[in-house]
Amino acid sequence: MAVRKNQATLTAKEKRDFVDAVLELKRLGRYDSFVSTHNTFIVSDTDNGERTGHRSPSFLPWHRRFLLQFEQELQSINPAVNLPYWDWTADRTANSSLWGADFLGGTGRSSDGQVTTGPFAFSSGKWALTVRPDSRSYLRRNLGGAVAALPTKAEADSVLAMATYDAAPWNSSSDGFRNNLEGWRGVNLHNRVHVWIGGHMATGMSPNDPAFWLHHCFIDKLWAEWQSRHPGQGYLPTGNTPDVVDLNDTMKPWNNVTPADLLDHTKFYTYDTGF
Amino acid sequence: MSENSAMPDRGSSSELTRRRMLQGAGVALTAAVGTAVIGFTGPNGQSAVAADPGAGDGFDEVYQGRRIQGRPLAAGHGSDHSGHHGGGYQVLVDGQELHVMRNADGTWISVVNHYQTHATPRSLARAAVLDLQGAELLPLT
Repeated sequence: MAVRKNQATLTAKEKRDFVDAVLELKRLGRYDSFVSTHNTFIVSDTDNGERTGHRSPSFLPWHRRFLLQFEQELQSINPAVNLPYWDWTADRTANSSLWGADFLGGTGRSSDGQVTTGPFAFSSGKWALTVRPDSRSYLRRNLGGAVAALPTKAEADSVLAMATYDAAPWNSSSDGFRNNLEGWRGVNLHNRVHVWIGGHMATGMSPNDPAFWLHHCFIDKLWAEWQSRHPGQGYLPTGNTPDVVDLNDTMKPWNNVTPADLLDHTKFYTYDTGF
Repeated sequence: MSENSAMPDRGSSSELTRRRMLQGAGVALTAAVGTAVIGFTGPNGQSAVAADPGAGDGFDEVYQGRRIQGRPLAAGHGSDHSGHHGGGYQVLVDGQELHVMRNADGTWISVVNHYQTHATPRSLARAAVLDLQGAELLPLT
């Protein structure tokens, strides 16, 4: 069974294998479809219309399926690679080993936000953006530039304590675990981390930054943690909800998988520890 | 906040409001007319306040050397699947469309600031100008 590990515990070889697999997908032209799929969904998921990937109950199963697909692509390059997760409640600064030149590289330079260190620096010649919001084809970051602090463990715990998965009107104004985790309400976990990284992570094309996968892997882990803390609770809504993916509805773009199919992550992988 | 400091021609606002009332797309927009403010805690913990763009309607200004424009769209452009999800509102930077979306609480996001809410389309357009640093927006693919 594949084990997804905390990125802070990866060996030098595990980091290298992950980075090399990502770069190889990019070289083969199989990376950028993930960027375009993500953006296509995020710009069309609306509070008053059809919503699947974001601002809706299926935010969590949609991204779980999206990450599984990406992980399978990585494993087609190197079967030993699993997605690592970034626990931003623990590794909270731009000096974290996550941002080292041997892994994701660091923040962008002050003049234009361009990432200039690590394997995803434009100057490496291996990371030119094709699906992008504007004319710049280099990866940008501004770690800690737009929001002072990453969410704390106490803030994450406060969201994990919420007993109800989601609530009407099933969008960015909902109460419940999903929307507080996504961050449109309350202490703001997921959205805030995108903003803390800045640059492309703040855009709809956020998967241009490989940090996307490590961030969302932790979001996925927090969902699993919520399930373990609330065994009597489950995915909502369960049926006949307009514009929203119910428990047994298939999800676009795959059209062959439902939230119910994805509730038990241990069918696919496990996490190295609890939260 | 200086969002409404440059008030547009008030003479057109009743006409724009009437047109917006006729738009199926304008549900969130019309719901906010007259309610003025909805409290919201933004990602940085600061209070972002959702102001009704109807109070300012359109805007057209040069900000940091870039022309930014915002305008309510004519009926029929807000709720279809043509790529407009801004609640019947369009924002341009140097004539290129900045994809925007209105949240249920009345705040706004754009394709370049998709995880951080702004109180008004003008604030959102200015944030995009700062992010772009002179770069040109590209059409969504």
